[in-house]
Amino acid sequence: MIAAHLPALQVVVPLISAPLCLLLRRPGAAWTVALAVSWFALAVALSLLIEVSIGGPVSYPIGDWAAPWGIEYRVDQVGALVLVIVTAIGAVVMPFAGASVAHEIASDRAYLFYTMYLLCLTGLLGIAITGDVFNLFVFLEISSLSSYVLISMGQDRRALTAAYNYLVMGTVGATFYVIGVGMMYMMTGTLNMADLATRLPAVADTRTILMALAFLTVGLSLKLALFPLHTWLPNAYTYAPSVVTAFLAATATKVAVYAFIRVYFTVFGEVDLFEIAPMVPILMVLALAGMFVGSAVAIFQNNLKRMLAYSSIAQIGYMVLGLSFASVTGLAGGIIHLFNHALMKSALFLALGCVVLRLGTVHIDGLRGLGRRMPLTMAAFVVGGLSLIGVPLTVGFISKWYLVQAALEKGWWPIAGLIVLSSLLAVIYVWRVVEIAYFRPAPEGSAAVEEAPIFMLAPTWIMAGASIYFGIDATATLEVARGAAEFLIKGAP
Amino acid sequence: MVAIGLTLVRLRDLFSVAMLFGIFSLLAAALYVVQDAVDVAFTEAAVGAGISTVLILATLALTTSEEKAPPGRALGALAVVLVTGAALIYGTLDMPAYGDPAAPIHQHVVPRYIERSAAEIGVPNIVTSVLASYRGYDTLGEVTVIFTAAAGVLALLGRRRGRVGIVDSLQVRQDARKDGEVPRSVLAPKPILRVVSKLLMPLILLFALYVQFHGDFGPGGGFQAGVIFGSAFILYALIFGAHNARQVIPAAVRRAGLGAGLLLYALVGVAGLLMGGRYLNYAVLADEPTHGQHLGIMLIEFGVGTTVAAAMIIIFFVFSGQDR
Repeated sequence: MIAAHLPALQVVVPLISAPLCLLLRRPGAAWTVALAVSWFALAVALSLLIEVSIGGPVSYPIGDWAAPWGIEYRVDQVGALVLVIVTAIGAVVMPFAGASVAHEIASDRAYLFYTMYLLCLTGLLGIAITGDVFNLFVFLEISSLSSYVLISMGQDRRALTAAYNYLVMGTVGATFYVIGVGMMYMMTGTLNMADLATRLPAVADTRTILMALAFLTVGLSLKLALFPLHTWLPNAYTYAPSVVTAFLAATATKVAVYAFIRVYFTVFGEVDLFEIAPMVPILMVLALAGMFVGSAVAIFQNNLKRMLAYSSIAQIGYMVLGLSFASVTGLAGGIIHLFNHALMKSALFLALGCVVLRLGTVHIDGLRGLGRRMPLTMAAFVVGGLSLIGVPLTVGFISKWYLVQAALEKGWWPIAGLIVLSSLLAVIYVWRVVEIAYFRPAPEGSAAVEEAPIFMLAPTWIMAGASIYFGIDATATLEVARGAAEFLIKGAP
Repeated sequence: MVAIGLTLVRLRDLFSVAMLFGIFSLLAAALYVVQDAVDVAFTEAAVGAGISTVLILATLALTTSEEKAPPGRALGALAVVLVTGAALIYGTLDMPAYGDPAAPIHQHVVPRYIERSAAEIGVPNIVTSVLASYRGYDTLGEVTVIFTAAAGVLALLGRRRGRVGIVDSLQVRQDARKDGEVPRSVLAPKPILRVVSKLLMPLILLFALYVQFHGDFGPGGGFQAGVIFGSAFILYALIFGAHNARQVIPAAVRRAGLGAGLLLYALVGVAGLLMGGRYLNYAVLADEPTHGQHLGIMLIEFGVGTTVAAAMIIIFFVFSGQDR
């Protein structure tokens, strides 16, 4: 009986546990609830992914009202993959959070931290699973509001301004999205994605739908931090608590990319989008600009969290580049980078979380000689860094290989060249850290530094290990990504 | 509304801005009534004109009422705003005419709501049946958003001691301005205010309950009732001091209400699931499907009202520095 209700449980269980955490009020109890719910959600997501890979998309009409009258949950391969990404990151980050939150957040507010985390998880999962464009907006609001709060719980007072900036930009993004939804509703009379897909072609050449597309694109681009709408991201990631940065960097922008894919390839799936508006060149130029500007700015950052934040902007560029090709290979490359980047970025930010716990700083000068003093933490950081560059045997290589292949398929060899060239920029900023940590002696008279506790090291290494494992044996992930891309491009079989 | 909008941009005195915002919201509410969206108008009047004006005023009392002149002219921002506005107008060009019965929104999904709501749900107010049942899951999401907002305010501003409460400081400042000395509160000694508000309080609470349980038949429901209920307490706090109001509903009760309302809503959904339906199916809650729908809608509306009222009161108390 439970199996039939998995799509609802995926979202409802975290949702119910959030007010429970608020009522419990004890940090330990709240953490236990958050941990249990995260692992439960991962189990649900994995079984959904298996179910969908074997039997095709699953539909769950909420309240037993058939779509388009009611709200439908619809899981297909892309959605299930994103569910697995979000829940896996949550499941790995939560054990880490116990020690890290106790270190960075006052204990009388810790239960509110876990409440907010569960709400954020609810929102992100709700976006990834819904088949209704307005329902997506509601859950987007839940995840956004809670992430503003999570970010502003950082120790540094600048976290408040960072969160405020994010709030303003994020609200503009969400409003633009809902304006776009309103315009589509006005022209089609429906909010269900599948229903929209069949009804949009008839009105696709109206100015209202063109503007709807424009508002949706700008709104979601703000959320996913596509260059040049990325300005909220660096400060938000820099000043947020370590756990929050690791969780959000690996999930929030990914889910926004997913929503973007949904709008472009499902809602507007039957419309030849790239005909009615010059979307290919626009997206491609912005993606390439993001790749280069993000990486180039990252080179000059001395705060490592900020460096990784700029690197995220570059990585988002790769994902959008992949989907701007609008080919199966390109889209598969974008989707697989979604997965791979979540692995490596969470490994990197978790490693920095360990550093914060022991050193209290992530300034690059503070890391001198850290390679010997915290060998396991720094080794995980290096693995993540190599993956960012795209060295063979890491997941980063798989993503870039696919993207280059997609470019060559279309005969756009200059773009293939640019992908390789931008990777060289990553070599520079990763090498700076390696040089400081391994080839500089520790400062004289510095206090002895211990390795981070096992509860924090293990999650870090699970992510680092995964970014090697899926780099060596990518058949499983590639199969899902390719299947998802084919499904999205060719439409329902 | 256009005139107020333009005035708002030019004004530097933030007290007037807050007042004009209130008027703007009331006008918007009137506009919604003209468009037959009575439920939306209800919410706009209560939240936009009522609570948010009070919150803005409370904030102003702590900061300053004069806007700082912005450094330089933000031409870039103006350009972005103009492009957005132009895009919106351009987008309206191909819209179906207002009130056109042939428009897609009247042709596709809506006819079924109108024709079958009475048989499937049995609630005379179709808006309620769409919000609470057909698209009840969206409403659950909206309540979660309100829960998130209130819990977020608690997380950021709650539990800081040693600050002057905004409401108290508002009262003290106005006093000082008025007659030079500093008595406890400016609103408390005014007998007319005290008597009228004491008379009104039970009526407001009663009206909140009416709106809460009459949502099936006319405009209203948990959201509006929660806001009205919350404003009754805020009125009390403004006149008799936040300290007294705090004792009426202690912090633990406020928190419990905030969480319990959302829990009730979500668990009604689970009950539907356990009794053989899908999540949020109320029809299986009773022998007769329409009875089940009725029961489900009443329970979830009660959950909505509880969470919204608790959220309003929490946000107000936290802003007034009296949460602890």
